[in-house]
Amino acid sequence: MSSRPKLDLRAKTHLSYFAYACHRFSGLLLACFVPLHFLMLSQSLRGASEFERYLGLTDFWVFKFGEWALVILLAIHLVGGIRLIMIEFGPWRGLRKAWTQVAVLFGIACGLLFLYLAN
Amino acid sequence: MGQVMSQAVLQAKLWYAQRISAMILGICVSIHLIIIFYAIRGGLTAEEILGRTQGNIAFAIFYEIFVLACFVHAPIGLANILEETFSKGFISKALSSILAILILILGTTAVIGVYTGGAL
Repeated sequence: MSSRPKLDLRAKTHLSYFAYACHRFSGLLLACFVPLHFLMLSQSLRGASEFERYLGLTDFWVFKFGEWALVILLAIHLVGGIRLIMIEFGPWRGLRKAWTQVAVLFGIACGLLFLYLAN
Repeated sequence: MGQVMSQAVLQAKLWYAQRISAMILGICVSIHLIIIFYAIRGGLTAEEILGRTQGNIAFAIFYEIFVLACFVHAPIGLANILEETFSKGFISKALSSILAILILILGTTAVIGVYTGGAL
């Protein structure tokens, strides 16, 4: 049985719920991605040319899009995580809404920088 | 009562472990993002990656710390999500344990791989 409390619409439209949902979503996808990322990098044990061949297997737009999306999710999870640590370990100053906004802006900035540098 | 208490103590320990690993990850991820942006210019190649990492002990130590912090952080987060969404029990324990083992083994293998470049 789910132990998550039932939330009404008012609670779900709060900016902190948005921050919570972003942190969950990005964290879950990153957790799925990390083992695959390590699996790919561990192919370097086969030597440079084999490693290059394995890297070539990801030369599709789906993977490119995935990499781009994951960089954005990583950026959002980073700033969202700093927000949580500030709330839990810092002096109490409410729910640190500014950090939620920074997380979104930093995610967008990282996404744009990735597009700019990758091409 | 004793069981409830020990469950609460376990939850507190897991919470603390996840936050301490998060602080380490905060530093690691910031550095990793900078490395990503540096590395993707002009596309990624095996030679470029190994050129940076092969024989570089500072890179190897940094990324192994990163792997260990992930090994602590991600499975606790996954277990929390599974427990809240479904229930406390076998599935959340099993899936988070599998994730932990995958991160530790594949992550360490990857660090050894990019450090040695396959020349073991």
